[in-house]
Amino acid sequence: MKEENIVYGINGPVITIKNTKTFSMMEMVYVGKDKLVGEVIGINEKFTTIQVYEETTGLKPGEQVLGTGTPMSLDLGPGILNNMFDGIERPLKAIEKKSGAFIERGCSVSSLDKDKLWDVTINVNVGDYLNPGFIYATCPETSVIVHKCMVPFGISGEVVSKMDNGNYKVDDVIVSIKDKKGNLHNLTLFQKWPIKTPRPIKNRLPLNIPLITGQRIIDTLFPIAKGGAAAIPGGFGTGKTMTQHQLAKWCDADIIVYVGCGERGNEMSQVLGEFSELIDPKSGKSMTERTVLIANTSNMPVAAREASIYTGITIAEYYRDMGYHVAIMADSTSRWAEALREISGRLEEMPAEEGFPAYLPSRLSEFYERAGRVDTISGKEGSVTIIGAVSPQGSDFSEPVTQNTKRFTRCFWALDKALAYARHYPAINWTSSYSEYFVDLDPWYYKNYGESFIKYRKKISSILHEEEKLMEIVKLIGADVLPDDQKLIIETARVIRVGFLQQNAFHKDDTFVPLSKQKKMMKVILYLHKKVKHLIKASVPISRVIEMGLFEKLIKIKYDVPNDNIDILDEYINDIDRSINDILKK
Amino acid sequence: MILNYVGAEEINGSLLVLDDVDNASYEEIVEIKMDNGKSRQGRIVQIEGKRVVIQVFEGTHSMSLSNTNTVLTGHPMELSLSEEILGRIFNGAGNPIDNLGKIFPKKKLNINGTPINPVSRVYPRNYINTGISTIDTLTTLIRGQKLPIFSGSGMKHNELAVQIARQAKIFGADENNFAIVFAAMGVKNDVANYFKTKFDESGVLQKVVMFLNLSNDPIIERILTPRCALTAAEYLAFEKDMHVLVIMTDMTSYAEALREFSSSKGEIPGRKGYPGYLYSDLASLYERAGMIKGKSGSVTQIPILTMPNDDITHPVPDLTGYITEGQVVLDRSLEKTGYYPPISVLPSLSRLMKDGIGKGYTREDHSPLANQLFASYAKVMDARALASVIGEEDLSDIDKQYISFGKMFEKKFVNQGFNEDRSINESLDLGWELLSLLPRQELDRVDDALLDLHYIKDKDSLFKSSKVDLLESNDENDDSDDIKDEE
Repeated sequence: MKEENIVYGINGPVITIKNTKTFSMMEMVYVGKDKLVGEVIGINEKFTTIQVYEETTGLKPGEQVLGTGTPMSLDLGPGILNNMFDGIERPLKAIEKKSGAFIERGCSVSSLDKDKLWDVTINVNVGDYLNPGFIYATCPETSVIVHKCMVPFGISGEVVSKMDNGNYKVDDVIVSIKDKKGNLHNLTLFQKWPIKTPRPIKNRLPLNIPLITGQRIIDTLFPIAKGGAAAIPGGFGTGKTMTQHQLAKWCDADIIVYVGCGERGNEMSQVLGEFSELIDPKSGKSMTERTVLIANTSNMPVAAREASIYTGITIAEYYRDMGYHVAIMADSTSRWAEALREISGRLEEMPAEEGFPAYLPSRLSEFYERAGRVDTISGKEGSVTIIGAVSPQGSDFSEPVTQNTKRFTRCFWALDKALAYARHYPAINWTSSYSEYFVDLDPWYYKNYGESFIKYRKKISSILHEEEKLMEIVKLIGADVLPDDQKLIIETARVIRVGFLQQNAFHKDDTFVPLSKQKKMMKVILYLHKKVKHLIKASVPISRVIEMGLFEKLIKIKYDVPNDNIDILDEYINDIDRSINDILKK
Repeated sequence: MILNYVGAEEINGSLLVLDDVDNASYEEIVEIKMDNGKSRQGRIVQIEGKRVVIQVFEGTHSMSLSNTNTVLTGHPMELSLSEEILGRIFNGAGNPIDNLGKIFPKKKLNINGTPINPVSRVYPRNYINTGISTIDTLTTLIRGQKLPIFSGSGMKHNELAVQIARQAKIFGADENNFAIVFAAMGVKNDVANYFKTKFDESGVLQKVVMFLNLSNDPIIERILTPRCALTAAEYLAFEKDMHVLVIMTDMTSYAEALREFSSSKGEIPGRKGYPGYLYSDLASLYERAGMIKGKSGSVTQIPILTMPNDDITHPVPDLTGYITEGQVVLDRSLEKTGYYPPISVLPSLSRLMKDGIGKGYTREDHSPLANQLFASYAKVMDARALASVIGEEDLSDIDKQYISFGKMFEKKFVNQGFNEDRSINESLDLGWELLSLLPRQELDRVDDALLDLHYIKDKDSLFKSSKVDLLESNDENDDSDDIKDEE
């Protein structure tokens, strides 16, 4: 009999096995009598090193380690949506049923509900030749999303048998195909895919369609493309999670994958509660019908935290391959980087910057490169947009995770402590944030909202920029001494900041604002700016205009004008004309 | 079969290394008998084949390679629990030190606990009225929340914690289902005594469980202290249906103990020498706050930490802030001005507040009022910065109004007596009175309907009705106020 592989050393989540050659890198293993899930992360002549995704308390040397022969993989099939998983795709509700309110170790539950029946429609006939990625069956996964079963990569052949349309469980064989060598492959409703390997695509498409979020500062000033990658860095309390929640709720992706990586448990239960209450304006159904939650809270095992990001992106890619636009929110990637650091420390690897391992940048780039808008193997168009929160230690953006993330994302929404302290949300700082997608997206804005949209945006950002310069003077000598035309800049910038950039997530109209209203709001603000500028040239003091309360009125547009009746805004322009004429008459 | 291992291979700091040990399990508790008849406890922290590394709780002093006798207990660290723990005092490792004898356990629980399944959590929504204006109005404490106090050496964090503990119990929970678990880590003897005396004075001592690891106690025990305390809290909350308030002080000492232990194990240090797993370790404590579906009890945590050199970017406050649901930050300059509690309003935050206030919880106008107070007070800071450059005289009228608003805000709203218990309505009304000091058009976070209702036009009537006791504040500072005070 072959020699058994037994545990030799234990140090936190890292265990070692002596003198074995049976394991391969990244192989998934079961450790000990509790069958804790682990992964092989290092092999040398003497030792094989394994990281365990669960608590190792009580583990003894001499306990058995079983190999599975496959890398850490996910079960991909119907039942993923409207569900909540831990970092290694174990459904938390099933775990709750099994072990109660507290998560016990070695809790083995299957990822997909094996007993549930799905209403399957089969799209192939005997004799058809199927290539990888071909959609051979569909079933409604939730009330809004149709699940498409694709031939796994690496398999092709002729259909030799198929079942009739009807109700099937995920592991029922519904189609069998025979490849050229004569091997028979049974296709069920699900397939397996290793989490650390990107799923193949046909080719990448240019990123020229924006992901509409309904958040003014993002859509107007720092837009993100479908298939793009954005980073939201911010110290604690600056509203990273709130911004992520807003994007998840309102962005126009078909499917949302929300990864809570090393974050708070209460926050995840909040997401769960809020999303199920939230009615999706597009489908009229609950938001959870198109959402997957991956929750690996900060007190759950650290190695599973590292895996949770990969689990999330693999699920996102799987739905992308069906032809959906998927947005994945990773909150927060810093916790993931810290998990890498923690495990690297246990392996006694040579640390680079701030104790992070030297491979941090390559891991980050591998992750962000899995975003993209693509032609899928199944011949459809789909996209994965990554929005990653970064929690810089000490709120210092020069730390390694923020800096490296900056290199691999083209959108940077920097959250600002001072704005958050003044409860200006979203606290995205308009000076230090940027989006490189303008060039790619401008044709789309031009086509759909006209040249003026782009013009307004430029004007808005130039006013903000001028204000910033003026504020340096104001900070030294006060605003009173400025000439009137500069005072106007400060006033208009205030309207833009408070009336436009700041957005109230708890207000029914303000939480999501369509682009058409965003454009009109900009127009009204800039119209007033232009008019008052003329007045000042005609030597009318700006204080007279301020007394009229025109600026204040514009600030309240966001609350006063409902989203479905933006024509009221034309009335504002007439109003401005009338007031200005009044001033001139006097 | 119990095996004794005589002697040791190596002793390094608080670590004892044994060789040739069979059947040891990770994190198992061992008992080490010494030649002089005394015994100590330890925990297995690393295993390599038959070589095990043991962390000795009481320290390794007077141990030698030959005078020890180690017994494996076969289980991880457990705490004996029953309702009798209420009113008792334990050391950091969970052994009684009040000479009232051992606890007869109804249950023994692993002190490391297990993570609460996120789907089993109840999202906390019930607010706790602490009777402190700044906390109730601006950083509302919610039952099941973890809200740390970021303080510095010499500031009045202990007083604040005592006041919260004393006043918070009045609302929602009654005598029978309310308990306080107090964990002291590396604090001075008199601080521990202060808490004990104050709990006694307010008559709740019989509802308090104390775990004391004083500053001269072994640091390794300090790593166990919060775990014992939280295990006791979880037991009371989830098995005995009690509302438990856990006060843990001082988390910085805890983190330093962890650092000391990590470096003696020879681990690779992260930022400022703290181990790379500090975040996970702190999270394994803080995340034990919360509420669970189907259980009526709750665990609310108020950890206290002193920021070394008042630096909020120090790893301990920094990582804590990323895990906890907000923070209450104390400010030295307010403390120096003589204001109590010296809560620095702007960096303080309660993440769970938004869902636990407003209609049905506190009052409909709570959220806009809080936003407006924050926004206006942030402008006060700008005006002050300007005043420090050009002098208060040369400020514009509106900036001057902000300066005087700021002063009144700190004096009447932030400042309150140690024994003063303000109701939520009093605090909110006071907030509106303060906002009425500013011109109405400056209040851009509140819609007109609310302003019509609450904005006070008659400036002379301000602060007449409120019960603010001006004797407790510094009367000398009054001269600069625009408002005529009757007091």
